[in-house]
This record gives sequence, structure tokens and C-alpha cells, in this order.
Amino acid sequence: MPKTFKKPEALSDQKTHYCPGCTHGVIHRLVAEVIDELGVRGRTVGIAPVGCAVLAYNYFTFDFLEAAHGRAPAMATGIKRVRPDLIVFTYQGDGDLASIGMGEIIHAANRGEKFTTIFVNNAVYGMTGGQMAPTTMPHQRTTTSPFGRDVADVGMPVKMAELLSALQTPGYITRQTVIKPKHIVRAKKAIKQAFTYQLEGKCFSLVEVVSTCPVNWGMTPLDAIKWTEETLLPYYQLGDVKTPEN
Amino acid sequence: MSYHMSIDVERCKGCGLCIAVCPQHVLELSEEVNPLGYFPVFQARPDDCNHCALCCMMCPDVAITITEVVDDTSAQA
Repeated sequence: MPKTFKKPEALSDQKTHYCPGCTHGVIHRLVAEVIDELGVRGRTVGIAPVGCAVLAYNYFTFDFLEAAHGRAPAMATGIKRVRPDLIVFTYQGDGDLASIGMGEIIHAANRGEKFTTIFVNNAVYGMTGGQMAPTTMPHQRTTTSPFGRDVADVGMPVKMAELLSALQTPGYITRQTVIKPKHIVRAKKAIKQAFTYQLEGKCFSLVEVVSTCPVNWGMTPLDAIKWTEETLLPYYQLGDVKTPEN
Repeated sequence: MSYHMSIDVERCKGCGLCIAVCPQHVLELSEEVNPLGYFPVFQARPDDCNHCALCCMMCPDVAITITEVVDDTSAQA
């Protein structure tokens, strides 16, 4: 067990704008730690989405770009194809990746682009004020579904990891969460594995991280963790959905 | 060998996630607000801390740091 702990070098000193208890900060830290451990900070390019993480470029000490809504995988494709030596990753939320960016991510995964996507799934549109997302749970109340998500009207939540793993192109698709320390350890391992596959030039990699949004769910941070465990995790099951070996 | 745990009061947003994961129940929320207007966490029972770093791992704002304290007496000997 490590007895010391400090902020990774790839993370800047800037205070984050995220709400109290939002697990975006944990995921940022895990990405930064993995970049530090792999020693690739000098040649890493991140791509921020439109969503809560739109200002992510303030929080990392390597190059960062900001893509149009949902178009981060298209931008990453361009950068990675022109400069295959760079480590490219996109950091996207569920409103960005699973909704408007659905076309981009599916085709990028199907082409087997050699970049990494960190997909933060918190079952709601965070930045715009808590509207219903494609990943919102049945009966979950949001500002645009005040009586709860009506499954008969708008269908079931999209399971992005399973959807992308149905493609025949090899890839690394996994789903993790960061609601407890044991999950954080596993999530970091998965993120490291995803970046390692990219370093080896092996395949497309996507790490879906089931995250919390206490403010837009209308809960305290601790209740949000509990709700994630009881409601989101039985539907969004954790683990590797697809590995390049199978 | 000893360790020192420090909490950056200005970074802490008082979400309380660290309090929930601490196995030794060391942490509590302060009653004084920080410059951001949040009630930050503090070590209410610092002697119980065994530096497991679970709070650091859980903190979304990377506000908690644990450093090794170099023992002056052993360095001189």
C-alpha cells in the first residue's frame, strides 16, 4: 500500500469548475497518473468534448484541443493519422458521445482508429442543466423528463460499450466506475491497458466510466454514489466487454 | 519513518466522499467556510490516521496529499 500521495505532474494546479462530489475529477486524475506512469506526457494530445469537461484543457499539463459537439473522434482520427507517434485520446461525456457524436464514435471504432476514448457516462446532460440523455435510466427524473424517462415513448438507455463491441473490428472496450476505491484501482488499470494498446498500435480502445452527477440528479454526493450502485450498475455492468484477443 | 497528511483547504469543496471512505473515521467537515464558500474537510482525529491514502484516492479535487517526513534526528546520527 503506498504511504505517500501527491498530485500527478500531468494535472495542473488549477482548481476544477466541477460541482462538489462530481467524479470527473477522479477520472482526470487517473488519466493524468497513467500518462505520467507511461512517460508520454511530452507527446500526448487530449481532445475535450462539449459538456462538463469542455474546460478540461485547463486541468492538464499537455496539449489539449476542443472539438465541436460529438466530433472529438473525427478530430482524433485526423491527428492520429497525420502523427501516429502521438498519443491521442478523447474525453467525452454521454451527451456528447452517445447522442450527437454517435456517428463519429461508431465509425472511428469500426475503422479501428488507434486512439483511446474515455467515455464518462453519468446518465444525464450535465453542463446544459440536467436534460435527459440517451443513457438516462427508465423512470429517472430529469428537467426534460419531469415524470421520469418513459421507456414506451423514448426507448431504453443506450449501452454504448455493448453497442460498440458488436462491431467486427478488433478493439478494447471496457466499462468501469469510480464510486469506491476498489473501483478506482480497476478503472486505472483499464485506462492504462487502453493507453498501452494504443502505444503498441494495436487497436481502438474505449473506457466507459460510470460516473455521478449529484447536482443534476438532485442528490447529495453520497446519495449519488449509492444511487449509482443500486440503479446504474445493475444495468451498466462492469468489466471488459471486448478485448482485441477475442 | 513518519508521514504527514495535508488538506488543501482552498481546493476542498466539502463533498464528503473522503469522510465516507476513511476506515479510521479521521475526517470531518469544518464549520468554517473556505474562500470558495464550501465547508472543507479537516482531520478531527489525526492520531488515528494510518495513511492508507483511500481519502486521497477518492478526492475528486486532489486536495489531499501525504508526504514522507524526513526524520531530522536520524539524519544527523
